[in-house]
Amino acid sequence: MLNAKIPAGQLDDKWVDYKGHCKLVNPANKRKMEVIVVGTGLAGASAAASLGEMGYKVKAFCFQDSPRRAHSIAAQGGINAAKNYQNDGDSVFRLFYDTIKGGDYRAREANVHRLAEVSTNIIDQCVAQGVPFAREYGGLLSNRSFGGTQVQRTFYAAGQTGQQLLIGAYQALERQVALGNVQMFARHEMLDVVKVDGAAKGIIARNLVTGELERHFGYAVLLCTGGYGNVFYLSTNAMGSNVTAAWKAHKQGAYFANPCFTQIHPTCIPVSGDHQSKLTLMSESLRNDGRIWVPKAKGDTRKPNDIPEEERDYYLERRYPAFGNLVPRDVASRAAKERCDAGYGVGTSKQAVYLDYAAAIERYGKTEVSKKGLGNVSHDEIIALGKEVVKEKYGNLFDMYAKITGENPYEVPMRIYPAVHYTMGGLWVDYELQTTVPGLYALGEANFSDHGANRLGASALMQGLADGYFVIPYTLGNNLADEIYNAPIPTTHPAFEAAEKAVADRINTLKNINGKQSVESFHKRLGKIIWDKCGMARNAEGLKQAIAEVQALKKEFWSDVRIPGEINEFNPELDKANRVADFIELGELMCVDALNREESCGGHFREEYQTPDGEALRDDEKFMYVAAWEAKADHEWQLHKEELKYDVIKPSQRNYK
Amino acid sequence: MTFKQMFTSSVGKKLIMGFTGIFLILFLIVHAGLNATIWANDGGLMFNKAGHFMGSNAVPRILEIGLFLGIFLHIYQGYLLTLENRTKRSVGYAVSYTKGSKWYSRSMAILGTLILLFLIAHIYHFWTPSRLGGIGNIKALGTVNHNGVELHNLYAEMDAVFTNPYIVILYVLACGSLAYHLAHGFQSAFKTIGVHNRRYHALISSIGYGFAILIPLIFALMPISFYFDWIK
Amino acid sequence: MSHKELNLKLKVWRQKNANTSGAFKTYELNGISEEMSFLEMLDVLNEKLITEGGEPVAFDHDCREGICGMCSLYIDGKPHGPWQANTTCQLHMRAFKDGDTITIEPWRANSFPIVKDLTVDRSAFDRIIQAGGYVSVNTGNAVDGNSLPIEKEKADEAFASAMCIGCGACVAACKNSSAMLFLSAKVSHLALLPQGAPERKSRVLNMVAQMDKEGFGSCTNTGACEAACPKEISIANIARLNKEYLGASLTSE
Repeated sequence: MLNAKIPAGQLDDKWVDYKGHCKLVNPANKRKMEVIVVGTGLAGASAAASLGEMGYKVKAFCFQDSPRRAHSIAAQGGINAAKNYQNDGDSVFRLFYDTIKGGDYRAREANVHRLAEVSTNIIDQCVAQGVPFAREYGGLLSNRSFGGTQVQRTFYAAGQTGQQLLIGAYQALERQVALGNVQMFARHEMLDVVKVDGAAKGIIARNLVTGELERHFGYAVLLCTGGYGNVFYLSTNAMGSNVTAAWKAHKQGAYFANPCFTQIHPTCIPVSGDHQSKLTLMSESLRNDGRIWVPKAKGDTRKPNDIPEEERDYYLERRYPAFGNLVPRDVASRAAKERCDAGYGVGTSKQAVYLDYAAAIERYGKTEVSKKGLGNVSHDEIIALGKEVVKEKYGNLFDMYAKITGENPYEVPMRIYPAVHYTMGGLWVDYELQTTVPGLYALGEANFSDHGANRLGASALMQGLADGYFVIPYTLGNNLADEIYNAPIPTTHPAFEAAEKAVADRINTLKNINGKQSVESFHKRLGKIIWDKCGMARNAEGLKQAIAEVQALKKEFWSDVRIPGEINEFNPELDKANRVADFIELGELMCVDALNREESCGGHFREEYQTPDGEALRDDEKFMYVAAWEAKADHEWQLHKEELKYDVIKPSQRNYK
Repeated sequence: MTFKQMFTSSVGKKLIMGFTGIFLILFLIVHAGLNATIWANDGGLMFNKAGHFMGSNAVPRILEIGLFLGIFLHIYQGYLLTLENRTKRSVGYAVSYTKGSKWYSRSMAILGTLILLFLIAHIYHFWTPSRLGGIGNIKALGTVNHNGVELHNLYAEMDAVFTNPYIVILYVLACGSLAYHLAHGFQSAFKTIGVHNRRYHALISSIGYGFAILIPLIFALMPISFYFDWIK
Repeated sequence: MSHKELNLKLKVWRQKNANTSGAFKTYELNGISEEMSFLEMLDVLNEKLITEGGEPVAFDHDCREGICGMCSLYIDGKPHGPWQANTTCQLHMRAFKDGDTITIEPWRANSFPIVKDLTVDRSAFDRIIQAGGYVSVNTGNAVDGNSLPIEKEKADEAFASAMCIGCGACVAACKNSSAMLFLSAKVSHLALLPQGAPERKSRVLNMVAQMDKEGFGSCTNTGACEAACPKEISIANIARLNKEYLGASLTSE
């Protein structure tokens, strides 16, 4: 059994007590201590900035050309915080409760409670940095409800909250760079963790412009490298998002927790052909007004507007009368897949459902008519007025849809389909965010800790910033306090030498395969295996097949991949090859984990385990644990369990009927 | 921050362009206003009186020094900026980006050079004979006597100069250059000195276009009027 | 929904690294679906080059949804290609016709040295931010978010400036390679908010100084930047920056 080092005491006292008793590093010593931060998204940038402010010497790394480009930037909806500014009954406890329930009772109570506690500080911090959150006419912060919660606790900056929060953290980071507290290494990729006497003491990084390998020492290494959704090839992640840093850590002894917990977002623009490189998310807020439907007749090829009302199946409203179109993400996604698999899908690919705004446009039009006191107006005028309102609320999303599909969503229902969006699994960390390798930490989406089996909308930004601004500054000090007696390790140490050699050897091996197939083609094939067999629905037989297929793919990759160009130059194909090689290994572990978890919960749906009406069927008796996998050898992992104890919340079946 | 730092930064250099530009715009109003007296149809009397005032009173004479300084700064800084800006992109584009901006906004240096060439001719035609006439070989202007005061007969000089059709064409073309130079310069100058309020900026833009048409048109009509003997 | 297919000729700038000179190379590409994004079309080209034993074209890209600012490309004489208010990654092949020749160049400015092919180094922007593009507030310093009401109009305007994604299209579009639209968006964002007030003067002076040091040209208000900006950042920001600079430089010691 894994020990998460959760402090004793009442749930709401744990974090306060921890902060009151954790060890501190005095300022003079902090100046002497180097810390490595890999990744500069919300978690990484906020951690690097905060640690720099505290006096640590920070080295921050990102593979992009600037830290401001990390994929946190793409989050649209907002960030949750238990501020209760709207006086609608929100509280730290309620945010905590919603997050645990939304995660289908597979998250750790103490971590989630801490997250809810610090959520309020995040908003204050971001406002102080100048993040331009939406405001009311009185000048105070505006909130909206998001992802089907019953309170308005989501703070937002139009449709680009992630971008604005990241710019805030990035600016704080650049300030520390200017002050000399943080040294920034852009276009650098971490390719291994260096361990000395069992503890992480540095990294090997590759300068992506020159191809040179560099050794960097640090008393601690923080991985803030995001999720691994790109294992599916097609996802809403950025093209460069990768698992490499986390996977190297895993190979060095960090356990990987719940890798099969992936989130499929229900409202994305469907795949249009084989050339597709990435999927685009349409904000969940579209479900607030849009109605989702498919034709009642199988294989109906009529245009959507030609299908009369009585021949449409509003399947979410039919199945979940209480929540209707606003059911949680995992439920909405599975329902769409179910309809398409049954032959009711629409569009050329038949892998899409309609998201219809006609009813909303008419409803808003009528409201406008009565608001403006207009008398006898024609139907066309009502529709025109309604379109105006919809344009104001969702204009940017509609424009994006039109750009990508070439269709006018004001006239024709949009086609949507679920797509991989977020990964709840990640490196196993204890309460202090430390992995099973001492001195190695994981923050943000890279760790597994806060979202259980399903993440609620507007919670990812909250977690990234909570870890970086308000958790790691305390927990890192608690561990580094004992390190002050140890002198820095020179990078000529044999451990660094060996690590660099291993990395160089691997790159040489990859480059020298000189096969026939491109990296991209392998990635596409991997994505297809994982999506088909370890995607929205899984079963034992499919998973077993997938494991065999991924193993075969790995063999083929290492004997037939072709990487053009040189090692010692800017070579994006080589960078990609390094990443895809790791994705292949991770893909296998995902299937292993999904096969092991013989229950359905949150984003993990095993077809064998469902209620008679097709809902997820949890098995708390057997699976109320975190599955943390230790890498033993090629294709071989050992399962470690962390038991989940619910002291405060009583797990029950999620019901959205 | 020193004044040198202030005015040698990229924004500072533009401030010089903006301020001198606005000063020259003001000069154009005065110049056009005074010259418009040729249309008084009084045989140039009012015009020659105005010319005399400008040439003999201390205040306009001092302002004249400022004017030359302003013109010099505007030209010097303009060329400096143009040359500096040219060094910022060593390898140019194969296809240039022309849709995002007006041709005359991108051609201020050329338009300015055309105006400068004209200016040399213009000063030679009128300013040097009036101010420096009789010094060395410089031709002196004829005079008229008005109530016992000797006035330079600038009016007659205009009448003489504008009998040459090539000079008339040169002046009209120069007014065209000035129009396009002003079409960009007027509103650009105000942007440069910091007018960002949308309402005011819209107002300045429309005034600017009006100004860019009206002032050069008035100037262009002068040689034309003389050439075609529209005035008496 | 039948998709048209395009046969294209691509004139692409190829350059090994910053120290070598480059040249255009022409490629023919057939059967490109008009449903593809522009970068997916380049993916197809690269896939073809790799299987034929050639070197793929290096270009920057990441999110492919128009928000990270990593993609660039100067396509047929316009940064980010022919569509307005759009990034290259969101440009779709519907914008082109069968038989078109498309010229693809990198952002050209001495302050953005070429890394390889179409990839350029935009770290100058980061250094401009380091010169003062932030509010100096340490983690934990903050007071309650609602203790400082901000006029909605001001907040919205600050947001409109903060929408800049730092892609560098403004520099690429400007005949002077000026970074004024980028800089002015950054300065405006913080100058419009009360949080930015204490450092208002030093911020604009230091950031302008850094911009000059990086070797960008000066602004001549041609408006090309605004027209090329994928986020439609207004040129009014530049005027605001000028005002900020004038005020700060006149009143500083």
